[in-house]
Amino acid sequence: MSAGRDLIIVGAGPAGLAAAARAAEGGARVLLLDDQPAPGGQIWRGVGGAPGAGDDVLGAEYAAGRAALARLERAGVARAAGATVWQVTAEGEVGWSAEGRSRLVRAPFVLLATGAMERPMPVPGWTLPGVMTAGGAQTLLKSAALAAEGAVFAGCGPLLYLVVAQYLRAGVPVAAVLDTTAPAGRLDALAHLPGALLRADLLLKGQRWLGEIRRSGTRVIRGVTDLRILGTERAEGIAYQRDRGAWERIAAAHVFLHQGVVPNPNLAMAAGIAQVWDDTQLCWRPRTDRWGRSSALGLFVAGDGAGIDGAVAAEAKGELAALQILHGLGRLTASARDAAARPVFQRLAREQRARPFLDRWFRPAPQFRVPEAADTLVCRCEEITRGEIDRAIDTGLAGPNQLKSFTRAGMGPCQGRLCGLTVQELIARRTGRGPEAVGYYRLRPPIKPLSLGELADLEIEEAAPADEGADLGAGAAPHG
Amino acid sequence: MRARIWARVRRPMAETADVAVIGGGIHGCSAALHLAEAGASVVLLEKDSVGRHASGVNAGGVRRLGRALEEIPLALAAAQDWRRIRALVDDDCGYRESRYLKVAFTEADLEAGRRRVDILRQQGFEHEEMVDRATLRALLPAVAPDALGALHVPGDGAAQPYRTVQAFRRRAEARGVRLREGRAVAAIARRGGAWVLETGRAGERVSAPVVVNAAGAWGGRMAALLGDRVPLEAHAPMLAVTQAVPRFTEAVIGVLGGALSLKQFANGTVLIGGGVRGRADPDSNATTLDMAGMARFLGTARRVFPHLSAARVNRAWGGIEGYTPDDLPVIGPGAAEGVVHAFGFSAHGFQLGPAAGRVVAALALGEAPPVAVDAFRADRFG
Repeated sequence: MSAGRDLIIVGAGPAGLAAAARAAEGGARVLLLDDQPAPGGQIWRGVGGAPGAGDDVLGAEYAAGRAALARLERAGVARAAGATVWQVTAEGEVGWSAEGRSRLVRAPFVLLATGAMERPMPVPGWTLPGVMTAGGAQTLLKSAALAAEGAVFAGCGPLLYLVVAQYLRAGVPVAAVLDTTAPAGRLDALAHLPGALLRADLLLKGQRWLGEIRRSGTRVIRGVTDLRILGTERAEGIAYQRDRGAWERIAAAHVFLHQGVVPNPNLAMAAGIAQVWDDTQLCWRPRTDRWGRSSALGLFVAGDGAGIDGAVAAEAKGELAALQILHGLGRLTASARDAAARPVFQRLAREQRARPFLDRWFRPAPQFRVPEAADTLVCRCEEITRGEIDRAIDTGLAGPNQLKSFTRAGMGPCQGRLCGLTVQELIARRTGRGPEAVGYYRLRPPIKPLSLGELADLEIEEAAPADEGADLGAGAAPHG
Repeated sequence: MRARIWARVRRPMAETADVAVIGGGIHGCSAALHLAEAGASVVLLEKDSVGRHASGVNAGGVRRLGRALEEIPLALAAAQDWRRIRALVDDDCGYRESRYLKVAFTEADLEAGRRRVDILRQQGFEHEEMVDRATLRALLPAVAPDALGALHVPGDGAAQPYRTVQAFRRRAEARGVRLREGRAVAAIARRGGAWVLETGRAGERVSAPVVVNAAGAWGGRMAALLGDRVPLEAHAPMLAVTQAVPRFTEAVIGVLGGALSLKQFANGTVLIGGGVRGRADPDSNATTLDMAGMARFLGTARRVFPHLSAARVNRAWGGIEGYTPDDLPVIGPGAAEGVVHAFGFSAHGFQLGPAAGRVVAALALGEAPPVAVDAFRADRFG
């Protein structure tokens, strides 16, 4: 695992696996780093191992991960599991740790395939024990076959329904599904229905999940306009309003929240690559060209980390990045690259057809993106409430970074993952500026905490002499 | 809201003042405050936001310990200012007095410390002293067992940098300083006995007979626009902070024969720096951390406090700071009339801020400075 490496890939989900396999098949020397014990990412978590729920529960998409893993095995890719990547620089330096050892390695090309994270849903009580995200609930189901009986699922987005369906298939009763999908988003989405109909299969999949849920007799409550988790020491239930009407209550020891996913911004932002604000998906994503080239020479982004399109699209993006990197390494001519890429671009376009519709339909409602009550926590690491942030904004703080210096919001171990978008939108609304103008936290390595001793003993790999075949220029996105 | 809109509409395109201050860090805000208190009208231009760079994100050390001889009088004056910081800016700035200890691990380090104390005594400075092994252990029970002693300044401490700069800013504004953020100075010309500063926004300019250049890492560029050549390099001195650990030191800690600055906050987190600079790009405000360099000062921290090995490093950052060739600041008049420089503090200017502002205000008003600053002349680099 020393010099003579062409490509370092961070993340072994659909994009990272596809890129690693494709690059290795093309002769590139690849190092694949992933923080989980086994490859697969979130969507295919634990797919290569024995434990966890079976395919009958998790569905065919999950089983598709097995093929991706088999391809990776055949391609022979050097990889490290349980590897926490805590820094990537625009110069292609990657800092990572595994088993208490930290290392600084480099390669002419680096691909970030760090995927998505769930958008925070800061409703009153969201930090109580017993409350987690629907994605978190799914993770426990996949990796440990753990499920909570009689839980309430609340929020919006396809994943919410998928996890409920998976729960029901596993025979675990669900107390209720509280759907917060906003009517405004539905109207907005309808204009994009024709495009989405080209992917009727996707829409039908959603309908199938809904059908499963309905047939099970699980309560599905639509038009939920406000939520409050009940309990003081831990979750004891949830209160909700429909159409701003009377409050109703459901008792539950577990509440699973979800309102869509956004690119996990931390590593890409800490690398300093240019970002764009996506006003439809309401999130930041790295500015990339069609091959996934970022604003930094040799640094690529693929998968949902480059914009939410789902697992199949993520595989395609990983494949495309690998093709361009192989071209940059001199291992693939431009025409061979283009020939190989053509069907992949088609696949990607097909996957993206339903996106404009889905993004609008499931656009989280404003009152769930920013809490309305002053005493609701926004930054859970430092326990900063909306009211405290409001007061800081009103003293004239111009942006999230000043707010951070002032209130400590975003300074905790999650590095703003759970409050960054909320804080940004709160400042935008309160100062009458657009979210893009407000901007986001400046992020710095280490983007994940590691022990002082581990960092002090950092092993620094000797810089390899520049590979004469590598044309970083071919690997860089044009600026501007 | 209405007032804010009004202010925007009414703000004149061209402003005049007695003094134009460039730079909204601790030095610019402190100078502006002292000028306003002396009755001068002041416009302060900040290219980003107040406290955005080195002033707002430094380690917050308020130390006299280990200062270059030339700097000691100013540091001693500043120490007095810090003791009355609330009276000065109506905020305690998170200032806490404790002690500063530079720990020695070798006989050579001990000897160097003793020599330093002797030299200071000969110059009439009594604030530093050596403490032996037993005293060090009593002051700092968590220190590594092989620590031999320390250089000690009782009464040194720390403050919260961002809060401090904001406090100076608020008080300066309350005293009538017109503070303009997001205004980079693009051009400077001398016209009719006044400096005219153009901000690069169409037609926007400030005219003042005197300019204070407190532009930090950008101070060299401003000096050039004002006719002075001062070699200045921009770097990003790095800091790392851990997650909370049980309380183990009230004191601020350094080492003899090495570079370290370590302090624990009331919330249990530990802030660690060590003179290692990341890369800074003053044009884009970008900084790149040098993790290999950071590993070195974290290793030094572990040398002093072995138990910190298990602490989790939570965040790291670097602020953009200007360094001079001799690591001493530039404070004093420029070659042209009506120019006062105060920049290039080379990553140890935070403590000096309150006093340096008084000095700069006096110089800008043509008065004798309260502390001699001849050693910091802008033309010393030849």
